[in-house]
Amino acid sequence: MLEQILALLPQVIFDGFILGFVYAMVALGYTMVYGVLELINFAHSEIFMIGAVVGVEVFRYLAPHVDSGFLLLLLALVLGGAVAGVTAILVERFAYRPLRKRGTTNRLVPLITAIGVSFILQDLVRLVEGLWHNEFFLRMRTVEDLEGSVELFGGAIFAQTKSFILMGVSILMLLGLTYLVNRTKLGVAIRAVAQDLSTASLMGIDPDRIISRTFLIGGSLGGVAGVLFALQYTTITPYVGFLPGLKAFTAAVLGGIGNIPGAMLGGLVLGQLENFFGTYLPILTNGNFGTEYKDVVAFLILILILLLRPQGLLGQVVKEKV
Amino acid sequence: MRKIGLLVAGVAALGMALGQANVIKIATQSPLSGPQAALGEQIKLGAELAVEEAKAKFKALGFDLVLVPYDDQANPDVGVANANRIINDPDILGVVGHLNSGVAIPSSEVYARVNLVMVSPANTNPRVTDRRLPNVNRICGRDDVQGPVGAEYAFNNLKVKNVFIIHDKTAYGQGLAEEFRKRLEAMGGRAVAFVGTEETSNFVPIINQIRGARPVPELIYFGGIYSQIGPFVKQLRERGLKTRLMGGDGLDSSEFVRLAGAQNAAGTFYTTVAGPVSAFPKARAVAQRFKQRYGKDMEGFGIYAYDSAQVILTALEAAIKANGGRKPTREQVSQEVRKVKLEGLTGTIEFDDKGDNKKAKYFVMQVASTGNWADNKLIRVIEMAAPGSR
Repeated sequence: MLEQILALLPQVIFDGFILGFVYAMVALGYTMVYGVLELINFAHSEIFMIGAVVGVEVFRYLAPHVDSGFLLLLLALVLGGAVAGVTAILVERFAYRPLRKRGTTNRLVPLITAIGVSFILQDLVRLVEGLWHNEFFLRMRTVEDLEGSVELFGGAIFAQTKSFILMGVSILMLLGLTYLVNRTKLGVAIRAVAQDLSTASLMGIDPDRIISRTFLIGGSLGGVAGVLFALQYTTITPYVGFLPGLKAFTAAVLGGIGNIPGAMLGGLVLGQLENFFGTYLPILTNGNFGTEYKDVVAFLILILILLLRPQGLLGQVVKEKV
Repeated sequence: MRKIGLLVAGVAALGMALGQANVIKIATQSPLSGPQAALGEQIKLGAELAVEEAKAKFKALGFDLVLVPYDDQANPDVGVANANRIINDPDILGVVGHLNSGVAIPSSEVYARVNLVMVSPANTNPRVTDRRLPNVNRICGRDDVQGPVGAEYAFNNLKVKNVFIIHDKTAYGQGLAEEFRKRLEAMGGRAVAFVGTEETSNFVPIINQIRGARPVPELIYFGGIYSQIGPFVKQLRERGLKTRLMGGDGLDSSEFVRLAGAQNAAGTFYTTVAGPVSAFPKARAVAQRFKQRYGKDMEGFGIYAYDSAQVILTALEAAIKANGGRKPTREQVSQEVRKVKLEGLTGTIEFDDKGDNKKAKYFVMQVASTGNWADNKLIRVIEMAAPGSR
């Protein structure tokens, strides 16, 4: 048994990173919005889905005209990120901001709104795709450039070009975001708003603009993650965002919600856990528990971690704002 | 969307609830939206074609024949809600449906309350007819024969001993996979693993299990629907695994090739209870009319739905005659269906005491490399009665 586990281990860890980076990028959207608004933006999983759908459509329409698969992917990433980011801004502008302006203090109200927006976006995409192509399952077109494969370490890891691209793009985006938040004026403003919205506005920061930017950044990251997800797993439906979204949210909490490096770490940990148990559960339990229990076990471990560190892996215990 | 659709259907049903003396309606229930719409639409269109072609005949008998399609969304709750609406429309005298056994089983219990006849073109779970409801019939085969047919072909013809079995945790998929496993093990083969999954996008953990499985599986059997098997086989082949694949009638849709990609899908074996047009010489002319009328190819379930509707129409005609030209009751139609002996497109249709077709056909097929579903190779046809049939 041990031999069987070890033989697969490099592959499992590699695949865990693929999933983990997707979760990490989506988790950032949750954590940033939570940071500035203390709102769990459940519509974010649909922003992710919209990115994936845009990716599929770009591949469908531009693949015959663009020779290089890499250029095509770049276009898809840019467009997917842009459309998703703009959708996120619109959601904030028309769903959350009006609530904020009315001075709603009940935190459940924006939360319920977010869930509502999520349903609207799902069925809107389903309607559009139904009318446009009469398709429910959208299939990412296969582009040869991105499909090449190599075996590393004497066949221990089977990897595809697109897997490396996914990891590379994710790392770049995560580094870029870290730079943006820590070293730029916009980043300072975002952190200021996150710390104290009303004081920040006294310091000459327009909170609405910063919140809007935060949604743009988080949404674009989610959209890019969606395109990469579509490239990797190839079949997309209007409801595909739900589970990855929920898990990314969990990852954000695991890392310490509101904490940016925490969301990245949480995403990677969750991706590894899920992939590890998905692969090994039947082997470890002698076939009694199948792959379908991977989430149960992964979430059990999360509960344990959160029992020991309720603030999350990298979260800090903050005093309630007075 | 769903809610609005339901509302519209509800209002429409309300409007029809009054009942007219010279209108006879036949309902279809199958998924017309969502993941399994491609198969469900075949059922609707197949039945619609049969009904349209019979309109003139029923006009001569003094009745307007109407087909009313319902969308069960492959969801048991929606199926039952539709069924309640259907039994409240007194003009509906027969139902062609469903696609999914998990939906057909609870819905048929609603029809049974008013003895409304259901003729199924596609439900293969044994429980559909094993409950011995007098109104439930099917013209297709059963999973407790389909699974073993697949197992026997794999073991005897493909010479496969070790099989990695996956299922989708539904009444259909898991049931089929279990029947496959039973026969395989009875013959001396071995299920290397028996894994259930509801996953729709990330099949990597299962693929890694297959890679690491010892003894090395020579075949993967997937009891499920094309919407899952398509992306699964795509990821499987992309990751360089060439293990042969077999499935049941759930992958019998051209959507399978689209989702998997032609080169990944090529060579996949599947058993089906609804053979392709090429297996039925008599279906060719109908398939042409189908193509002309709807602009798409008639697939297996379309043919079976056409025959299911024929069964109901034949019974209706007999019931009208027996009733002295007046509109028959649901009970009468239901009884007439059990007496039908019909030479349909798919062969002789005659029901046993449970409502199973006395001799159902089972097909072993192989997906062609051309990407065209109609090119799939018919390997063998097996005719078999349901277990315990009288």
